Amino acid sequence: MSSCSGDDEKAGMDRRGLLQSAGAFAATMLAPGVTLYAFGGGEAEALQARPADQPASPKQRWGMLIDLNKCSTGCNACVTACKDYNGWQDTGRADIDPQWIRKVTLKDPQTGVERSAPVMCQHCASPPCVDVCPTGASMKRADGIVLVNKHICIGCRYCMMACPFKARSFIHEDETGQKVNNPSGKGTVEGCTLCVDRVDAGQRPACVEACAKEGGALIFGDLKDPQSEISQALRKLPSTKLRADLGVDPGVQYANLT
Amino acid sequence: MRLLSNLLVAVLLFVGAAIALPGGSAGSVLGGSTAQAAEGAGRTPEPHPAHGKGDHCVMPTEFMRRNHMLMMYAHRKDVLVEGIRTTKFNISGCVNCHAVKGEDGQPVSFDNPKHFCRSCHTYAAVQIDCFECHNSKPQASEKSAALGVDSADAAKMAAFLRETKK
Repeated sequence: MSSCSGDDEKAGMDRRGLLQSAGAFAATMLAPGVTLYAFGGGEAEALQARPADQPASPKQRWGMLIDLNKCSTGCNACVTACKDYNGWQDTGRADIDPQWIRKVTLKDPQTGVERSAPVMCQHCASPPCVDVCPTGASMKRADGIVLVNKHICIGCRYCMMACPFKARSFIHEDETGQKVNNPSGKGTVEGCTLCVDRVDAGQRPACVEACAKEGGALIFGDLKDPQSEISQALRKLPSTKLRADLGVDPGVQYANLT
Repeated sequence: MRLLSNLLVAVLLFVGAAIALPGGSAGSVLGGSTAQAAEGAGRTPEPHPAHGKGDHCVMPTEFMRRNHMLMMYAHRKDVLVEGIRTTKFNISGCVNCHAVKGEDGQPVSFDNPKHFCRSCHTYAAVQIDCFECHNSKPQASEKSAALGVDSADAAKMAAFLRETKK
């Protein structure tokens, strides 16, 4: 087991050797990256967990690439996974329900071609929600993840007005039984966090993991690392950003949108 | 006879005074209660928050009494804004360690006056907003790694390992 304690990323053969020598139980207890490697047939790269005492670094920028050729109209796995993991709750009134991620169907009226796309917070490099926030609650973390600091959010909802992607929700009702990873309460705004706690722990967001079992349309990774899975995919696939004309530079990009 | 009439007048005067001056009697009651408090009976029962698990808190008890709010204030900034995810000062740690069980044997929420945080905060009349968002009951440890690693995945993993062993 000593071969797995080093931080150096070994080649595929070494990893294979390690898996061969390890029992099933021991292997599931290994770092999540190793497990992913085993399930994904070598496609999914291992992400590094940041040490707990280290702050988020501007040397990284987390982003997502959504390949719409692999995203089917009927599938809702990403939405369900997000809801389960982050615990946003139905209030029984659809018009005020929080919604961090939604499936949007796009249809070209001339050709009849349909596309289904998940849309969530696009984690912009120049986020309009941060520009307008009067208290500084709407913020961008050093590694590019756009968050709401609910401790100082006053619930004015300017960010909801400013967001071109309708990505944020206001919590209208008292909540109970919140998840530990997502404290949430009445009178504040919230939205996709890119599962920031999972990312810090070296895991992928809940939607990406759920999608990997369905179509594998979501690729998550570091946009600033040229060797990352997402950077390599971006070099191969023609991709576009939603409302690129606004110049907000989203971290979420779409391939095969048109 | 003169003595009797004097006595009658005196009684009438006494009754008249008692009717005319109800404030006097009220004053005497008030005075009585103040005297009682001064004797040290205590107006509000002092809180006795339940001890946490283990030998000691993350800091000495006296320090915690004075500074727990400042520690949480600093920690929430570290975690959320900076992304420093040390767990020592997590609010979930407070909630897990200081859980108080109710009559049904389950940990009570902040709605219950016996809740650890509430016992002192009610006494001190200091409102806390933590539990409008944070869960006030201890949660089963939700390791984020647990997602996607269910029994089916474990079986897949075992099958994969058997295959690679050949």
